[in-house]
Amino acid sequence: MDITPDAHVLWSAGFIKINETMVYTWIVMVVLVVGSWLITRRVTSGTKIPRWQNLLETLVNILRNQIRDISEQPPDRYLPFLGSLFIFILFANIMAPIPFYHSPTGSLSLTAALALCVFFSVPVYGIWKRGPIAYFKAYMEPVFFMAPLHLISEVSRTLSLALRLFGNVMSEGVMVAILLSLVPIILPVVFEMLGLLLGSIQAYIFFVLATVYIGAATSGAH
Amino acid sequence: MDAIGIIGLTSLAVAGLTIAIGAIAPAMAQAKSITQALASIAQQPDEAGTISRTLFVGLAMIESLAIYCFVISIIVIFVNPFWNVVSGG
Repeated sequence: MDITPDAHVLWSAGFIKINETMVYTWIVMVVLVVGSWLITRRVTSGTKIPRWQNLLETLVNILRNQIRDISEQPPDRYLPFLGSLFIFILFANIMAPIPFYHSPTGSLSLTAALALCVFFSVPVYGIWKRGPIAYFKAYMEPVFFMAPLHLISEVSRTLSLALRLFGNVMSEGVMVAILLSLVPIILPVVFEMLGLLLGSIQAYIFFVLATVYIGAATSGAH
Repeated sequence: MDAIGIIGLTSLAVAGLTIAIGAIAPAMAQAKSITQALASIAQQPDEAGTISRTLFVGLAMIESLAIYCFVISIIVIFVNPFWNVVSGG
């Protein structure tokens, strides 16, 4: 049994390998980009707006309010990065019932890449907002020899961010595969539905944790 | 018992024990946090949004402990580093 879509190499030339994770990531990207382009092509500001525009406006509005509530700062600077993370993980997870599609978030390489994006965006946002001196001074709080502990916590929370998403999505896939071999009728459907719920919650949790980390770095409360 | 048998036996036993023991503490912690959050929401329904958001984040933090155990047991079963040593792969 395969526990990660990394193992399926679809095309390889020399050391360049195209595996299923990359292909499904591209598919999700194409769906998101083309969908957004189709919807925002005919944006209107009247009293009667198209229904897909309504969907996108609701989504962006919810994300903005969440970021404002969590980080207690104006959300516009953080929305592009955090909102993209949320929408990408959400769509990667809820496209799971489509046949022949394996969620790319069930691969440790993709979740590690997302977690590394968060890891590097924290100092970038922190330095942009508060300047390098104030940002690195926060590592010396409350006393200077706590700096290694701050560094360890940054690394370990990145690791747990990656492992949490990977573990949840992968365990869902493994559970459905085992159930399919035991009870091939009806019960896997229930677990697929549970998987949709868990996938949305995991996307939300990833988004909230990234917001909390960035909000802590930009407001000075480490 | 030869080496493959010993490694297979210990791998399966350890994988089962890992997930069994490792699920106990997160389950108790999650139960405790959910009861506390429900009590708080019952006392202050206005703050339900903030409480449930914090609850979700906390549950995710706790759940990641169980997920670590699950990942370890999956590694032990499916990508055990000692298999290749004895099977010569």
